[in-house]
Amino acid sequence: MMTDLPKTDLFAKFDPLIAMRADVLASGVTDPYGLVMDAVLSPTRAICNGRPTILLGTYNYMGMTFDPDVIAAGKAAFDAFGAGTTGSRVLNGTFAGHKAVEAALCEFYDRRHAMVFSTGYQALLGPISTLAGKGDYIVLDIDSHASIWDGAKLGDAEVVPFKHNDVSAMEKRLGRLPPDAGKLVVLEGVYSMLGDVAPLKEMVRVAKAYGAMVLVDEAHSMGFIGEHGRGVAEDQGVAHEVDFICGTFSKSVGTVGGFCTSNHPKFEILRLVCRPYVFTAAPPPAVVASAAVSIRKLQHSGNKRAHLWENTRALHAGLKAAGFALGTEEPQSAIIAVIMPDLPPGARMWEALLEEGLYVNLARPPATPANMTLLRCSLCAEHSADDVAAIIAMFERAGKKVGIV
Amino acid sequence: MDRPAAQAKIATIIAPFNKKGVAISDATSFQHDLEFDSLTVMDFVAAIEDEFDIVITMNQQAEIETYGQLVDAVVKLVN
Repeated sequence: MMTDLPKTDLFAKFDPLIAMRADVLASGVTDPYGLVMDAVLSPTRAICNGRPTILLGTYNYMGMTFDPDVIAAGKAAFDAFGAGTTGSRVLNGTFAGHKAVEAALCEFYDRRHAMVFSTGYQALLGPISTLAGKGDYIVLDIDSHASIWDGAKLGDAEVVPFKHNDVSAMEKRLGRLPPDAGKLVVLEGVYSMLGDVAPLKEMVRVAKAYGAMVLVDEAHSMGFIGEHGRGVAEDQGVAHEVDFICGTFSKSVGTVGGFCTSNHPKFEILRLVCRPYVFTAAPPPAVVASAAVSIRKLQHSGNKRAHLWENTRALHAGLKAAGFALGTEEPQSAIIAVIMPDLPPGARMWEALLEEGLYVNLARPPATPANMTLLRCSLCAEHSADDVAAIIAMFERAGKKVGIV
Repeated sequence: MDRPAAQAKIATIIAPFNKKGVAISDATSFQHDLEFDSLTVMDFVAAIEDEFDIVITMNQQAEIETYGQLVDAVVKLVN
């Protein structure tokens, strides 16, 4: 007969996080991770926790969420194809809209193949875990997004990290790997925590010199970096050497979903072997229809793109002049990270901004590099110059109130 | 390279990371005794890799909990 052992609590491992959260909330601050958008009025305005708020932390870079053509395409697809796909892309989940959005991506990135995933997370998780198998090596930046780390963990490859954006650290590690082993170098165009750009020109050259294939996540650059908005690899003139460009629909495109594009002649086989693609339902018809229209409109949005850069430069200069410490010396992307001294003042500053009517992202360890607490601002092409001026004034008032500047 | 030689080099490298001045033996745990956080682990591993011109993959790092296991792993990778 079995004796009853004392019951173990699988939640015990979360105790430090529970305590950290309790400490922050005990100070009386609004829960930074409990925000509710009661109504969303536009890409830049919402009612948050009952208060009219300027949105400055949504990654809605090009403001496509409320584009009339994008919405109309989604509504039409709802009526014509129904609410959902109820199936995998490889079974009953490929509708005309999925093929259309993949064609739009091929055109946008000037590539032969594009595969659409249900989320951006899966668009990294899938290819990384599938491409690099047992005996292969994944070489990645230590500040990579969770979807990249999880892709590396899900697969059977050996994982070799290198110091953030450090070309020499990457090259040294590639040089120490067995010359005949398969190698996948995974990089991001823009790193979302500090908004800094990778030296892709040098990194891609080095990776190729060591016989590696290169995958670049352009999630935070699509639509406004590079001549055609293809991202940092295009901007630095190495897009044609990058084997796989991955990205998301949940930022500039304004819906949800992710993708991987390539010119590799055998690319299509991934549709049968990539588990995060096969074993999940295809995105709903309305989502892919909206995405396809949005992607095509992003190809012709030079003016919006120019205005987004104006906004970014103005906000960066304004916050710097106000005395805030920023993640990058010069604006490199549409993300501006304001560095907080620590989590408690960061949470107070976040709350003070919310009371001013401004929403930004509060990012804290372990998601942040070097255990920093950040207030991440992401600009939108739909923010007006007046919005940016108002945002700077809000930061100044909140910063004085909390005692940060 | 033999074990004592590797150990001597690693002892020099670990000194600046051993902020609390913990007495180190083969049984010393990086997490529990030295209290290395993930950032410290990254910098420390990079320093070891560069000194010995090796790569210690994340997969191998997952198997290394103590100082002695690290020395053994380095000796194995170097030879």
